Amino acid sequence: MMRAMLALEDGTVYEGDAFGAAGESWGEVVFNTGMTGYQEVLTDPSYCGQIVVMTYPLIGNYGINNEDSESRRAFVRGFVVRETCSTPSNWRSRCGLEAYLLQQGIIGLSGVDTRAVTKRLRECGTMRGVLSTVDLDPESLVAKAKNSPHLTGQALVEEVATREPFVVPGNGYRVVLFDFGTKNNIIRCLNRRGCEVIVVPPQTKPEEVFKYQPDGVVLSNGPGDPTDVSYAADAAREFMGRLPVFGICLGHQVLGLALGGRTYKLKFGHRGVNHPVKDMVTGRVYITSHNHGFAVDETSLPEEVFVSHINLNDNTVEGMRHRYLPVFSVQYHPEASPGTNDAEYLFDEFMAVMQHERR
Amino acid sequence: MPRRKDLRKVMVIGSGPIVIGQAAEFDYAGTQACRSLKEEGLEVVLVNSNPATIMTDMNMADRVYIEPLTPEFVAKVVRLERPDGLLPTLGGQVGLNLALELSEAGVLQEVGVELLGTPLSTIKRAEDRELFRSMLQGINEPVPQSAIVSAVDEAVKFAREIGFPVVVRPAYTLGGTGGGIAYGEPELVEITTRGLKHSIIRQVLVEQCVLGWKEIEYEVMRDAADNCITVCNMENLDPMGVHTGDSIVVAPSQTLSDKEYQLLRAASLKIIRALGVEGGCNIQFALDPQSFQYYVIEVNPRVSRSSALASKATGYPIAKVAAKIAVGLRLDEIKNAVTGKTYACFEPALDYVVVKFPRWPFDKFASADRALGTQMKSTGEVMAIGRTFEEALMKAVRSLEIRRYSLMLPETVKLSNEELEKRLSIPHDERLFYVAEALRRDFPVERVAQSSQIDTWFLQKIKNIVRHEQALSRQGRDGLSPKNLKAAKRLGLADRTIAQLTGFSEADIRNMREELGLVPVFKMVDTCAAEFEAETPYYYSSYEEEDEAPLEPGRRVVVLGSGPIRIGQGIEFDYCSVHCVWALRQEGVKAIIINNNPETVSTDFDTADRLYFEPLVPEDVINILKKERPDGVLVQFGGQTAINLAKPVADAGFKILGTSVEDTDVAEDREKFDALLERLKIPRPPGGAAFSINEAAAIARRVGFPVLVRPSYVLGGRAMEIVYNQDDLVEYMRSAVQVSPEHPVLVDKYILGKEVEVDAVSDGEDVVIPGIMEHVERAGVHSGDSIAVYPPQNLTPTITNKIVDYTIRLAKALRVKGLLNIQYVIGLNNEPYVLEVNPRASRTVPYLSKITGIPMITLATRAILGRKLAEMGYRGGLCREAPHVSVKVPVFSFAKLLDVDVSLGPEMKSTGEVMGVSGDFAAALYKGCIAAGYSFPKEGTVLVTVSDRDKQETLPIVRELADLGFKILATSGTAKALQAAGIPVEAVKKLYEGSPNIVDLLRAGKINLVLNTLTRGRMPEREGFRIRRTAVELGVPCITSLDTMRAVVSVLKARMQGDLVSVIPLQEYSLEEVAM
Repeated sequence: MMRAMLALEDGTVYEGDAFGAAGESWGEVVFNTGMTGYQEVLTDPSYCGQIVVMTYPLIGNYGINNEDSESRRAFVRGFVVRETCSTPSNWRSRCGLEAYLLQQGIIGLSGVDTRAVTKRLRECGTMRGVLSTVDLDPESLVAKAKNSPHLTGQALVEEVATREPFVVPGNGYRVVLFDFGTKNNIIRCLNRRGCEVIVVPPQTKPEEVFKYQPDGVVLSNGPGDPTDVSYAADAAREFMGRLPVFGICLGHQVLGLALGGRTYKLKFGHRGVNHPVKDMVTGRVYITSHNHGFAVDETSLPEEVFVSHINLNDNTVEGMRHRYLPVFSVQYHPEASPGTNDAEYLFDEFMAVMQHERR
Repeated sequence: MPRRKDLRKVMVIGSGPIVIGQAAEFDYAGTQACRSLKEEGLEVVLVNSNPATIMTDMNMADRVYIEPLTPEFVAKVVRLERPDGLLPTLGGQVGLNLALELSEAGVLQEVGVELLGTPLSTIKRAEDRELFRSMLQGINEPVPQSAIVSAVDEAVKFAREIGFPVVVRPAYTLGGTGGGIAYGEPELVEITTRGLKHSIIRQVLVEQCVLGWKEIEYEVMRDAADNCITVCNMENLDPMGVHTGDSIVVAPSQTLSDKEYQLLRAASLKIIRALGVEGGCNIQFALDPQSFQYYVIEVNPRVSRSSALASKATGYPIAKVAAKIAVGLRLDEIKNAVTGKTYACFEPALDYVVVKFPRWPFDKFASADRALGTQMKSTGEVMAIGRTFEEALMKAVRSLEIRRYSLMLPETVKLSNEELEKRLSIPHDERLFYVAEALRRDFPVERVAQSSQIDTWFLQKIKNIVRHEQALSRQGRDGLSPKNLKAAKRLGLADRTIAQLTGFSEADIRNMREELGLVPVFKMVDTCAAEFEAETPYYYSSYEEEDEAPLEPGRRVVVLGSGPIRIGQGIEFDYCSVHCVWALRQEGVKAIIINNNPETVSTDFDTADRLYFEPLVPEDVINILKKERPDGVLVQFGGQTAINLAKPVADAGFKILGTSVEDTDVAEDREKFDALLERLKIPRPPGGAAFSINEAAAIARRVGFPVLVRPSYVLGGRAMEIVYNQDDLVEYMRSAVQVSPEHPVLVDKYILGKEVEVDAVSDGEDVVIPGIMEHVERAGVHSGDSIAVYPPQNLTPTITNKIVDYTIRLAKALRVKGLLNIQYVIGLNNEPYVLEVNPRASRTVPYLSKITGIPMITLATRAILGRKLAEMGYRGGLCREAPHVSVKVPVFSFAKLLDVDVSLGPEMKSTGEVMGVSGDFAAALYKGCIAAGYSFPKEGTVLVTVSDRDKQETLPIVRELADLGFKILATSGTAKALQAAGIPVEAVKKLYEGSPNIVDLLRAGKINLVLNTLTRGRMPEREGFRIRRTAVELGVPCITSLDTMRAVVSVLKARMQGDLVSVIPLQEYSLEEVAM
């Protein structure tokens, strides 16, 4: 069996069995605590530029199917698990995890103490790392990790987003979705509510958007540091006051910047499907799906914006809302996939806002 | 919402005795709830009839009532205490049903007691099949086609409509009592008849059967502000068709994609919201393995066995949180006690696999039907945690204490492929081993899946284990490489198994491992998959890289727990373990507990300073000890499980605290013990140890029949019997030697007389005897199955003094440090004879501690640590009698186990116990019997059929019954004897004498009480057996001991004299302060 090694920039090295593609890959090393949903994680474009460590030890149990991919392909830079399943069992399974990674050109590492890796990342924060099946020399690999690019500054959104606009037909409201790396389920959630969804590239100019005469604009999730897409913040500013705007994840951070706020990097981020988010207006708590390494700084937000949701675990900003304009956003994933549908009501709220504005 | 300020005093109802379907999980839940409520500053009143529980301890509630869990008695407590609120959802089905009855009787309204947590309407919606079904249909959640029937012909009509098989579920019962799957009409008639009998509202549900579908459970919590979370989901390895309590269960689910997981999670939230549960709730689904189609099968609007499992599997304290919700707190206001940082409003993330394995009583009940279905048969369960499924499964198997360390079962090897295949399709307790054998024989996985309906994912994992075993065996001694060894350990194979397969000794394998540095590391259960730092020291072992359990400074003592609940080793030993842990902590010693039973208080994350959730077998225990390097190990509180570990632990170089291994051996080894008694001049029934039939016969001739025979090293009286003649002795020896070839059979003169039991504490100098207990049933009925009375009602001072003297001398001679239990029989010559000495905590310790107010475990633990009883304020000798009489009454689970003989004998059969306390014996006995669930008729017909030996003794008892106005029926022989004595009697036909016979009369409801004694003899006596079984299945009390019957008569008489029995809180049992 082929061996593989993961080296972190702090000098820690984990060796195990290689599965999937061979080669070498660098990225930011992060952990995800979801017990199910690995196919969605692999294909969530927000993980572009990252090597993902799954904390649940048995991954691949139910195989890979034709329906649960969140984008056209897998975007993770590497996949680290305790144990991969070579004999999956589920009625929808079409192939095993290993075959899928191989086909997608993703390097997998199994047989490492993923809990130890997770604790390292929790204690030292997210780090750069290199995953290799060709260079198993710890020193060399650590050096490579130290010299690899930081997450910030990479053109990740451009790598994952659509290059051409496209339309998902519907006979209700018309929504322009800024694709920074959108998950398919955002489109599905809108479409299921009757929306016609026009998915546009991240650098689409506001004038182009107005030409579509949409009822609302959605800023999607996506990979990397929001400051790398400051152009999107400029665009978003144009819509405020003219169209309902709903930001999700990176879209929320973009909106934060557009409102004049700041974003910052979290020590090890939120990645999982069990995060409690409290709605500050109703007091209700929802269990939500998360994938973000950055957050909006509450103190940087202007008067006219209030924090609508916080994370119950660490009190970080999870949602904000403009006091006077139909503009709101959440840091987490109301579209789930993976995760709970607890927050799907936010799409209904967006529908209500569009209806209100249209009148 | 902070906690409600209008509440001051809250009452909690427990679940009563341990029976199949309701085990220790409710002690765990109730204990957590009481502590949680006290934390909130509330005054707590507790009612429970089970004295062996932690929850009925003095310090658990402000007022503890050990009283029968019947509407009459609980109403008395309610009226006396006048609580503001009543929390009914933590005492299992029993607690829930009681709350329902009290409410319907208007008691709650009369006193102004508010039902807390889940509203009554919700309970009804979840429990009443019709309401439940219409509620689910109302929110578009699918339910299987079903009909609620209250007559057999309705059931048949419906089944014809929807087609067989169908499931029959009685309403309001626990553990599926009286239910089953019917494949055809005759079966349906039988099951429905039984089910109607067991349902308190005489209703059963006949339901479309989704056999073979995945069975998935969710544990859901909801607060009054409508916040909802799921704590955990679980997947049953055994698909639909096997009661979830009898299924091997895995957490989290393994074969569900996120879509399926979320589909059922969303449904769970929808259901708990529609129901309006405030607290915890368990929802069971059947999921089609080939589509997204699912059905909601059942909802338990309360804390359950599954929620105890989910709590231990995730670290999330469901009962504690449920109690806080009930008094008004919101999930986001309750701290997550495990991390200490986050809140209870989140969903735990696991980074390990949990396997639950049921423990069945078939080792005790050889004749029982071992097939598994909708009626639960297991008495307890174990849980194991691993980083691979295989590791968790193998740990679970060796935790069971069924003498299995691997998936190899010798019996399976002899089977033909056809027989093997047949055994795969019928669920039974050993099916997993048959599955392994089939895979070992290279049956294709798909074929095994088809026969067993077990998902291929599980089968592949089992195949991994089997393949590795085969490889080890093939490569043998020389082929055992470090790599293979490491792989074997990661698959959870025991050293013993590896040794067996490769031809090494277990010690060789350990040495090899340790030289290679191949030792397990210990990982934390932290509710969050390491995302947050956790404070709670809850660990499991795994063959991984990083260890997370740094050694704690200071004195450390390891307490070995008692494993799964089984007949002969119940919740009492968890009580003892927990009290030992508490006592250690009070003494400033770090207490480390090892146990594997998820239902218990001992495995709660905040009981000990450190918890290891691990198998209680030498390998795993020694691994922990090597890591912890404790100052000592305590084995005397965890029942036989812990005692069995004493020698291997001592041999591994660790110090056993308290009574030494050698001295314990003196008490257990026949020859050494005889020599000791000889030296002390203490009499015991004459006898000896026999290794052959001839030796046994010789001993019997010497001492004279009848003799008591049993294998040495017994647990709960296993395979013990009274033998009356040579032929039966030979027959016994033939079968008993098969039972245990390595140990001799003990043959003792059976002394017919009163049995007496003593528990004592010794510090090596002084011996404190808190009390003596007298058994109602004479020697020959297992002490665990006897009604025990404290203080003794019929002992002369001379006998008492002798017992005290013997006890003290034995304790000193055995150099007992800690606890000691001795059983005596009082011969007809008024001489006490020693039957058995157990230098450890016994089954009666919780009962005696409670009634005397003497904290025996605390004293014993302190004595073991070197403190003196005198300095603790106790003088040696027999303590002063407590002012009340208390009676311990055994409780059986016969209704759950078909084909088990209900007659009492030297083999223990009871699963639990209750206690009745009062100022006088008759009233205490009355309470005990009521609490044990005996519904003795006030009038009606008694059937008497006794063996010739018992006829003379039966006469006065039956005369009293006749005097009380009962009509007496008897079989010809007995009738003749009664007539001769001038007692009015009507003769009835035996089974072979045609109709209408006894069984017909029983079925027709014409008999209200049965007195039947066993015709002694080895051969099963079919007639008596059928009478007894019929009575049990129809819920007619059946008494098999004349002593019990005599007690029952006195109860009947007491009741005739008026029902003025009052309730007494534990806090008032002993009026003087007990020095601590």
